[in-house]
This record gives sequence, C-alpha cells and structure tokens, in this order.
Amino acid sequence: MPALLMRDVRFKYRGSSDYALDRVSLEVEKGEFVTILGANGSGKSTVCLLANGLIPHAVPGDLEGKIEVFGEDTSKSTVAGLSARVGIVFQEPESQLFCMSVEEEVAFGPENLGIPRHEIRERVEWALELVDMKGYNERSPFSLSGGQKQRVAIAAALSMHPEMLVLDEPAYALDPVGRIGLYSVLRELRGRHGTTVLLAERDAEEAAAFSDRIVIMNKGRVVQTAPPREALCSPDNLRGMGIQPPQVSEIASLLNSRLSTSRYSFLNVEEAESTIAREIFKKKGRSAR
Amino acid sequence: MIPAPSSVQGSDKIVSITDLRFTYEGGVEAVKDLTLDIRKGDYIAVVGGNGSGKTTLAKNINGLLRPSRGTIMIRGHDASKMAVPEIAKVVGYAFQNPDYQLFCPTVEEEVRFGPSNLGYSHEDVNVKVQRALDAMNLQHLRTKPPLSLRLGERRRVTLASVIAMDPEVFIFDEPTTGLDTEESEMLMQKLRNLNAEGKTIILITHDMRLVSEHAKRVVVMSQGRVILDSDPRGAFADLDILRKSNLEPPAVTKLAHALKAYGVPVDIISPEELVFHLLRGSEG
Repeated sequence: MPALLMRDVRFKYRGSSDYALDRVSLEVEKGEFVTILGANGSGKSTVCLLANGLIPHAVPGDLEGKIEVFGEDTSKSTVAGLSARVGIVFQEPESQLFCMSVEEEVAFGPENLGIPRHEIRERVEWALELVDMKGYNERSPFSLSGGQKQRVAIAAALSMHPEMLVLDEPAYALDPVGRIGLYSVLRELRGRHGTTVLLAERDAEEAAAFSDRIVIMNKGRVVQTAPPREALCSPDNLRGMGIQPPQVSEIASLLNSRLSTSRYSFLNVEEAESTIAREIFKKKGRSAR
Repeated sequence: MIPAPSSVQGSDKIVSITDLRFTYEGGVEAVKDLTLDIRKGDYIAVVGGNGSGKTTLAKNINGLLRPSRGTIMIRGHDASKMAVPEIAKVVGYAFQNPDYQLFCPTVEEEVRFGPSNLGYSHEDVNVKVQRALDAMNLQHLRTKPPLSLRLGERRRVTLASVIAMDPEVFIFDEPTTGLDTEESEMLMQKLRNLNAEGKTIILITHDMRLVSEHAKRVVVMSQGRVILDSDPRGAFADLDILRKSNLEPPAVTKLAHALKAYGVPVDIISPEELVFHLLRGSEG
C-alpha cells in the first residue's frame, strides 16, 4: 500500500475556469523521498493540499479521480484524522502560526492527539532541537524573523511524528545554512524514522539531488517521473518550465557540449569535484599542487 | 520639502550610516554599531542569515524604524529630523511580503498612492504613474485589484508603486522570493535597468546565486554587524566569513574552492567561467 496514490486526478479551484491539475497520476511509496519540481502554477501546491485532505475538505472546487493516503480514500476521511498521519508545512509560515509562544505552537498538534504531557514536552524539545530553535520556547512566534518562523512551523509538523511529511517550498524563507539544515533533517527523518517525504520545490539546487525520485510538473500535468540524475540532466529543459536547475547540472551540460560528449552528469559538488579531478585534470597531466 | 543638499557633503554619498544601533521593544538588539556609506549608483547586496539584521537596517534607512543610537545622513541631512514622506522621496522600500503593502482597489490607484502623497502636481503624478506601470509591464492589469493577482504580478505592483515615487535609492527586500525562474529573471532585469539609469540599488537577500549574478558590492551581516564589505568575488572567496553569517556560496564557487589544488581560481561565480578554467589549454 503506497503512502500516497493519485489516479487521474483533475481539480479546478472554485471560481477558476482552468484545471489546476489535469489527469495527474502519482504514487509515493512508504518511506520514499519524492521531490516535485515545478514553477508557480504547475500544480505542485495543489498536490500537497490533496495529500493531506485540505482538498476537498477545506478548499472548495471540482475534484475528479482517486486519491488514497495510506490506503484511505481522502474524500471519506477527515482532515483531523489525516493530520495525525500526514504533516504539512506551507510556504508562508505566517499562514500556519497562531499561538502566543513557540512552545504552545509546537505542542498544539500533539495536545490535540491526546498525548501525555511528559511526552509532549519531549517531542517539543526534540522538534525544536532538530530545527535549531532550542531555547526559543517562550518567544512569541510573531517576534521571530521570517526564517525562524518557518523553522517553528516545521517543528510544529514534526512534533506530530507524522508518517508522511508534505512540504510546499519549506525552504522559501530560510537562509542557505538553514536550508541545508532543513534538508538534512528531512533525510534523517526518512533514514532513521522511515518517514515518507513529499517535497514541492521550484529550485532544484539542493533537495532534488538526494531524492529517490523527482516528479516534474508543468501546467497542471506530470511531465516526467525519474531518478534525479535523469530528471536533472537537461538544465535548459528545466529552465523552460520555470524551474531553477542545479548549478552542477549546468556545469555538466556545458562540459558535455564543449567536449561533444554526454558522459558528464553531476548530482552534487562532491561528485563534480572527484569526476573533474579524475577525468579532466589527471588526463591533462595537471596534478594537484 | 527637502532642502538642497549642503555643499559640505562634498562626495557622492547618498546615505551615510554611523554607529547605528537598533533595539526592538522587548530588548532584541537587531543592529549593533553599524557604519556604512552608500554611494550614488551602487548596486549593493546586503546579505546575511535569518535574523542577521538586514531588514531592520533597511527599515532604519527609510525611517520606518528610528535608530536607538547613531546617525543616518541622507543626502547630507540628518534623517532623524526628516519625516517619513521626506525620506521616501530619496529612499524607496519594497517589502519582503507584497501583501503587507497592497491595499488599494486597483493597480493604478496603488501605484498612484505614493507620488500623490509626496506633494507632486497632478500632471507630474500622472507621468510618474504611467512610467512606473510601463517599467513593470503592468498596463494591462491597471484596473485589476492588486490582491487578485499572482504573486509575481503583486510583487511587480509593489515595485511599481516604489518606482512611481521616483526615489534615488531603491531598497528591495528579497524581491524574488516566491517567483519562478522566468518571473525572477524579468524582475532582476528591471533592477539592472534602474541601476543603469543611475539609481542606487540595495538588494536584501540570502540568495547567493542572485548576488553573484547581479550585485557590484556585497555587505555581509552577522548578528547585527557588518562583517565584510567587498566586491562579490571577494565575498565569495571567503568561505569562513559567509558561513559565519549562515550563508553558503553558490555551488559553482564551492566547486571552484574544491578544485583549488588544480589551479582553479576560488573567486569564480558562474558555470561558464568555471568551465572556461577547466578546459583552458585542452581545446583548439
């Protein structure tokens, strides 16, 4: 049973004449890390809203097709029921924060699941530590900077111990080190706790390379589902769909075209470094100084 | 009205900040002993991690916040003696979140609001508004409610409303956040045009790729202080300084650093440049 299953899903927001999603089929296995890449308007946020039941339960519109989360038909379950299993982090942390203190914010979810007090405390500390916000317990979320608010929103989702975490451009307001920190938290959750991760991004720079699979969306449709190396090999193609390609892919693609080859493809800086050292410098007889 | 610039100014400094300190109510000290000169025609990226004080600095420059200590001189005049609309004639500020700024029923009214409150004649206002709408490609959306627009369009409206006030200095707080590649490139092109016309640009961001592609000067902030003020190449060559401010250089610069032992320069900021150095001597 997959964590998320979508079959021929079409969705039109109320008041809109166009389909936000047009016959989208998608499967995310339990424990898988899937990144959806797409520009604004590609449909990636709509997929996120479907994955936790906010569509159709809270966002009105015309929905067709089949959506199952952990085998459960989302049209028959409730958002509250799904929220115990699926955590969501939105792009704008402000849309998600409402409590008087960081601690209350992060404790809110588990409190509503009826979890014992001492365990809530442990979860709050654990989640705040993961997002590097330890010691901010008493601060008002509204006194924090944009990036700090986003970390609190993420901690609030993590404290629910969700089986699947759905994140819509979560690194949007984070600084580069915060971004890298967030992605390593996601990898750790997946690796250590088996959490399924569905991440929607517009920028392929960091997250894409360590995903199990990449789903590329454009104008409400899935145009490609492939492992990162394959999905990221054509930077021009990505840019054409409004997706920021990773710089290492651009470097590989420039090398390929200048050397009339197709042998180069880099997923990250480390890989690029070792391949370039081996294949370009050693061949030229330029060794490390 | 702003008096004519005093002759003692004697340089092209537009904004001069000395020992600026700002403490929020509740005691958070967001900017500490910051000294910075901004010159006419500068294209400065103010970079730093979340909570490093970038936005607080910007709001002190445009008078939305007033220094707890230190001075800000704008065109040679003490900003503490200037009202916000006076400052706004020199320094325009576009918020990080466009929705904090938009409130009028139509795009045109939104863009008109600023200049019509600065005491310009009706004709002058019309000219400024039309020019700003043209500059941001908004003529076709003139009669639409700003909040009904897409994020990229809303951001263009906020920028147009700043352009319409015709300031000399533009502060853009994370202008490309939430935009896709195409929208973002278009917007950055507009900023380049403004700078080419002689306007001073202050870009607040933590997107180092954007910085590497556009800025001429980089001011790195950490914990409310300026820890580096340099050209972009100098800033990207110094990994320790960047990491101290929770920043990372673009992937291409990291790769150049990793390949330093093979004679690759560390101040590379574009993929084209890197590939040029990689293939030097092996082609043709």
